[in-house]
Amino acid sequence: MKNEAIKIFQKKKSNILEKWMTLQLQDEGLREDLISNEDLRIQSEELLSSFISTLSDANIEHVSIDDFEAVKDILSSISISRAKQGYSPRETGNFVLTLKEALLNTLSEEMKDPEALYKQSMFINKIMDNFAINTFETFIKGREDVIYRQTDEITQISTPVIRVWDGILALPIIGTLDSARTQVVMESLLQEIVETGSNIAILDISGVPAVDSLVAQHLIKTVAATRLMGAECIISGIRPEIAQTVVHLGIDLSQIITKSTLASALKTAFTILKLEVNKKQIVKHH
Amino acid sequence: MTTMTPVVLNKDSMIIAREQDVVPFRNRVKEHAVRIGMSLLNQTKLITGASELVRNMLKYGKGGIGMIEILSKGRDNGIRLIFADNGPGIPDIQKAMTDGFTTGKSMGLGLPGTKRLMNEFDIKSEVGKGTTITVIKWKNG
Repeated sequence: MKNEAIKIFQKKKSNILEKWMTLQLQDEGLREDLISNEDLRIQSEELLSSFISTLSDANIEHVSIDDFEAVKDILSSISISRAKQGYSPRETGNFVLTLKEALLNTLSEEMKDPEALYKQSMFINKIMDNFAINTFETFIKGREDVIYRQTDEITQISTPVIRVWDGILALPIIGTLDSARTQVVMESLLQEIVETGSNIAILDISGVPAVDSLVAQHLIKTVAATRLMGAECIISGIRPEIAQTVVHLGIDLSQIITKSTLASALKTAFTILKLEVNKKQIVKHH
Repeated sequence: MTTMTPVVLNKDSMIIAREQDVVPFRNRVKEHAVRIGMSLLNQTKLITGASELVRNMLKYGKGGIGMIEILSKGRDNGIRLIFADNGPGIPDIQKAMTDGFTTGKSMGLGLPGTKRLMNEFDIKSEVGKGTTITVIKWKNG
């Protein structure tokens, strides 16, 4: 014996779709700028067909989420793409919540027996709530992906290599130096050394909030790689509190030329390159 | 005075599951340190130590929980950090606390170095169960 609710859904499918579409279009938050009504209808119809065809006597009463894998896939891809397009959680949630409304509405029109109606409504409620939770989970995941991508982009833009003098490069490092970041810093630095034929690179860590052993290790590796390229590397911007912390931590930076400011690092670089910067002497004639 | 137990004024915790959690956790520790008026040097020591322990927990313990407690003892305030993971545990704590010892490819300064940066340092570990490290940095310590 087939479940009554499923029979109603199968019979009234186009009716449900119309109701659902009306509910979605009524919503003030509908983003007509982001999705056309045509596309919305296609998405909705796909989801509804998949949902109704998956429903069976067994899974309507005991929600087994594995059965609804196909429906969930469709929902997930819709919520992820919506998260990336910049939909609000409310707009995304409304998509599945208006479907629930349309389904329950149809049931109440078609079923006369209050007890049976209540029972079937509860089943539908449970299934749809599950979908709603799933929608939010994937929506948030979509947003997190956006954040991770931005983190990567920030890493890329925040490591510029500056030519401060002929033969001298400077690299202001801002933020923390993790493994991925070090890779980017090292690659762009070594590349620039080759391209400019520079002899000296200054790594300025004024903008690095804490130098722990991992950051120190990465700095040492960067210096070693620079030396292998035949250039010298100076680390500048070591603040007093950083210096004391590094000493307590037990990190040995004595093999590296370190300076407290970028200015003094530049001065050292001039000395190494045998350059002299002097104030112009103005000779007065009497 | 030495037997006085500190009072916990405020608690905060954060789940550490990936490398992206290191900086937000450190920033939160810093916020609390600034709020109790910790000096810049002690702040830096505290967040550097926190950084070591969080990274350790991620690398060896597969993540865990980082707890921040604001303490008050007598006229001094401080911050207690508790790092708890359910990782493989440390078989030989004494060895792990030795400068230069590492099972990874790091410098082997994380645990002994952090101990030097903090005022109090406690490590409990059970093989197969996990590791809990508790550190305290006093405002004027």
